[in-house]
Amino acid sequence: MALTGRQKMWWAVITVLVLVYALFPVFSILATSFKLPGDLTSGRFLPTTWTWENYTQILGPDGSARDLFLPALRNSIGISLIATLIAVVLATVAAYAIARLDFPGKRLVLTTALGVSIFPVISIVTPLFNIWRSIGLYDTWAGLIIPYLSLTLPISMWTLAAFFRQIPWELEQAAQVDGATPMQAFRKAIVPLAAPGVFTTALIAFFIAWNDFVYGISLTSTSAARPVPAALAFFTGESYFEDPTGAISAAAVVVTIPVIVLVLLFQRQIVAGLTQGAVKG
Amino acid sequence: MASITLNHIVKKYGDGFPAVNDVSLDIADGEFVILVGPSGCGKSTLLRMIVGLEDITSGDLEIGGKRVNDLAPRHRDLAMVFQNYALYPHLTVYENIAFPLRLTKGQYTDTEIDSRVRNASTLLELDEHLERKPANLSGGQRQRVAMGRAIVRQAQAFLFDEPLSNLDAKLRGQMRTEIARLQRRLATTTVYVTHDQTEAMTLGDRVAVLRRGVLQQVASPRALYDQPVNLFVAGFIGSPPMNFLPGRVEGTDLVLPFVRVPLDARLRAAIGDRELVIVGIRPDAFEDADVVAQDKRGSGVTFDADVDVTEWLGSELYAYVPFETDPAVQQQLEELDRELDGEGMRTQLVVALDSLSTIRDGDAATLWFDPASVHVFDPESQDSLTRDDEKAAAIDAEAAQARQRATARAKERAAREDAKAS
Repeated sequence: MALTGRQKMWWAVITVLVLVYALFPVFSILATSFKLPGDLTSGRFLPTTWTWENYTQILGPDGSARDLFLPALRNSIGISLIATLIAVVLATVAAYAIARLDFPGKRLVLTTALGVSIFPVISIVTPLFNIWRSIGLYDTWAGLIIPYLSLTLPISMWTLAAFFRQIPWELEQAAQVDGATPMQAFRKAIVPLAAPGVFTTALIAFFIAWNDFVYGISLTSTSAARPVPAALAFFTGESYFEDPTGAISAAAVVVTIPVIVLVLLFQRQIVAGLTQGAVKG
Repeated sequence: MASITLNHIVKKYGDGFPAVNDVSLDIADGEFVILVGPSGCGKSTLLRMIVGLEDITSGDLEIGGKRVNDLAPRHRDLAMVFQNYALYPHLTVYENIAFPLRLTKGQYTDTEIDSRVRNASTLLELDEHLERKPANLSGGQRQRVAMGRAIVRQAQAFLFDEPLSNLDAKLRGQMRTEIARLQRRLATTTVYVTHDQTEAMTLGDRVAVLRRGVLQQVASPRALYDQPVNLFVAGFIGSPPMNFLPGRVEGTDLVLPFVRVPLDARLRAAIGDRELVIVGIRPDAFEDADVVAQDKRGSGVTFDADVDVTEWLGSELYAYVPFETDPAVQQQLEELDRELDGEGMRTQLVVALDSLSTIRDGDAATLWFDPASVHVFDPESQDSLTRDDEKAAAIDAEAAQARQRATARAKERAAREDAKAS
């Protein structure tokens, strides 16, 4: 369908509006992270003098927020990766069963998963705090990984089950007739089709764990397990009267980078449409 | 290449319902056999049992004289084309065709694989698409890739599961002749499942008609059309379908809804002492009485009928004549119609006339037919009473001979072309 000049113009306007709306806060934080403390209240968007000071403060060898930020970064990466891995493995197995097998209670599993995921996080966090303290999970990695699973598992199961349903399972049979063992048929015909779905799900699960704040701040007390979003709340300025806005912005930029890198790396796998053309298109 | 023997094959599902019931069928080496029947008759299940994707509940399946009931699909060495093509979307056309060869691990060198894939792609005119992904191909091209994947392995037999049902009408016609040509040339044993009777009639050396899991008749297309064994086969084969009319014996006449047919020796012998029979007349057995040659006219019967609707198709003209059926056979005919995927609509006579006929909607027409072309069926058992076994055998034998000659010619031509190419 060819667009008329007028339609093209409107699309351009809408695209620009959406881009500005989505990217303005990002640029704002990026700009702030390069500002000097005195520059923060100047009311200008771009820094008057560009400086790496905020970054050295959180990452540099003798930065004041270094001891707060670096352990938090390590916690965030470790906890999110482990939570994602467990969620994806469990969700893949569950979704495979849901998509391919007929068993009693199938709908129950799906609705329960949905029910769990619509529970407000804040309503669970207080009881969890008490239980975790009494059984010794408070302020540990496991203490965060478990509640993260309750957030990531349902959505992973739902997206993967939907994805698996679209896979033309006939291919498995075709491969067997072509001379493959059941294992080969699964590996050569199904896995390449399932992989993009699993990647996408893993990314979603990772972002959920990576971005969590409520669990992070409630279930930790030291740098033993505190993730970055929670740690940011503990940043302080040089003095009591000085806002740590610059350092927080720099930290925010740093934790955004892995997300961007992941999206760029797996962009190709995320793009769906790989299954098109296997069956009648 | 090999023969396939089905020996009292039964398939029962968990609820004990036999989807395929006691089917025995010998498929000779190089033969093209069609499994046909209305939806749910068990034809696809039977095919999937042959290829090994469904377990056989009881009975023996032999390929090339070896019992293969318990062999996994990959050990049966059969190639199958699926209804949805089942191409591997992440592989190029080339790799899709090469897939079965690559699985054999070391049996073929890369150059062998390459030459075989290119042979297949040339045969199917896929050369320019080898590097494309299935998603970027048209339906007909995907269909050809699926066939390429089947022929590249030089398997014992080809199995087709309604391969053309996803194509539009024009392409279906083209691919149908393509499959026929390919099979003549390769002379590989082929089992082909379809519900389309044009495919069944044109492609098969022999056609096996299935009804609710039970094999009704296996014969050459001509024998099926001329000498059906029962009401079901007669109603299923032929388009438009055979007309079924109630026939009551009164004295020396057989009384049909429109006309009294004097009983000749053949009909009298067939009917015996029955009072009520079901009479089957093919639409093309009728003629417009005005255009029937005088010398022919005497041998048939003429009758008047009010034509309700006509359909002019260029090469012929279909006229529809509604009639009231006899309540004694009505229920049976309705049940048969449902089984043949019909809707149990009004009972009407379908008449195929010459396209030059001047009969139009609402006309009162005088129609003619020859009682010698009439089939008679027993209303209880639904068996054909007029079937001539000797004649059927003769037609089958003739078809087999014609087939042998065609195969020999196709081989000669292929050899000539190969010689010219090299």
